[in-house]
Amino acid sequence: MTYTLGQKQLDNIEDLLQKDLIDIGVRCVFLIDMAGNIIANRDNGKIKHDVYSLAALAAGNFGAVSAMAKIIGEGEFSLLFHKGKKENIHFNKILTEFLLITIFSNEISLGFLRLKVTETVDKIKKTLESIHAP
Amino acid sequence: MAFVNPKRKEVQVKIVYYGPGRGGKTTNLEYVYQKFNERIKTEMVTIKTHGDRTLFFDFLPFDIGKVNGYDVKIQLYTVPGQVKYNATRRLVLRGVDGIVFVADSMSVRREKNIISLKNLQENLANYKKSIFKIPIVLQYNKSDLDEQGIPLLTFETLEKDLNSKLKTPSFKASAIEGTNVVQTMKKIISLTMASIVKELR
Ligand SMILES: Nc1nc2c(ncn2[C@@H]2O[C@H](COP(=O)(O)OP(=O)(O)OP(=O)(O)O)[C@@H](O)[C@H]2O)c(=O)[nH]1
Ligand SMILES: [Mg+2]
Repeated sequence: MTYTLGQKQLDNIEDLLQKDLIDIGVRCVFLIDMAGNIIANRDNGKIKHDVYSLAALAAGNFGAVSAMAKIIGEGEFSLLFHKGKKENIHFNKILTEFLLITIFSNEISLGFLRLKVTETVDKIKKTLESIHAP
Repeated sequence: MAFVNPKRKEVQVKIVYYGPGRGGKTTNLEYVYQKFNERIKTEMVTIKTHGDRTLFFDFLPFDIGKVNGYDVKIQLYTVPGQVKYNATRRLVLRGVDGIVFVADSMSVRREKNIISLKNLQENLANYKKSIFKIPIVLQYNKSDLDEQGIPLLTFETLEKDLNSKLKTPSFKASAIEGTNVVQTMKKIISLTMASIVKELR
């Protein structure tokens, strides 16, 4: 079984990630599914992370936290945030199958980032609703 | 479920090594990593305990080049085999495209192999997948122990225990020596790609 998105839809998503997130100073952003596949990713060109490993770990990490949520009777944690000295990672679940992950430095405030992420998520939700992932 | 990116002309395929604890899943990936080390540009990711048991998964991306004009990125994963880690094992199976079941050939592990295969069937069913429909290859590992006089299950016994219903390709192997490790991997990649290629046309 495979699933896919059209070229136009992917262009659309990548455009949004660029304009709404990278252009405001986010270092790196990627949209993945819960299996760990990368659907789209963008970065500011200055850093090269190993995105495939990051995606696998992010999907696993989010899956583990979701399973914990279930055990404690919380439906889900739709947001996750890991804070570092210089770099931070923010996870935002989209529908049931997707995750938007942003990596950003302390130069951007968490509040502002959340606002931008929420806006972006609202915009790409429609496109993602059209597909049925794992 | 593999993701096809028409823009990048790329397909991402998830293959999971499954099987009882200490059966040799991680050793399979380590061998592949070391053997193809100039082709695999990234580090192998492992989440393990102090005692080297897999706690969550191992992850190794493996590019096989182009198939039908698409860049194929194989993502190799292992699960933790220990019974108590079923929740994490199930997470790793999400979106799986193909499976290598690594059985332990030691006679004392006979029951453990059967239980693990049944557990695989249940966990796949949880994702509405059938063990009889998903591409799967069996590997009977640790065949090298024969030389040390350790009692091993015969090929026929292993086939009867694990493959009588599946009727899928199987290999006698030694992950530690590298015997049939690459063959096992090639087989699962070709079975998985065959089922995906149909959809790429
Ligand atoms: N003799 C022999 N030992 C092996 C072979 N493959 C693995 N081992 C050993 O068996 C032990 C367990 O191997 P792992 O690869 O860690 O097993 P695993 O299936 O990943 O185990 P879990 O992570 O607990 O599920 C290690 O000490 C390996 O060196 C083999 O082909 N022959
Ligand atoms: Mg292991």
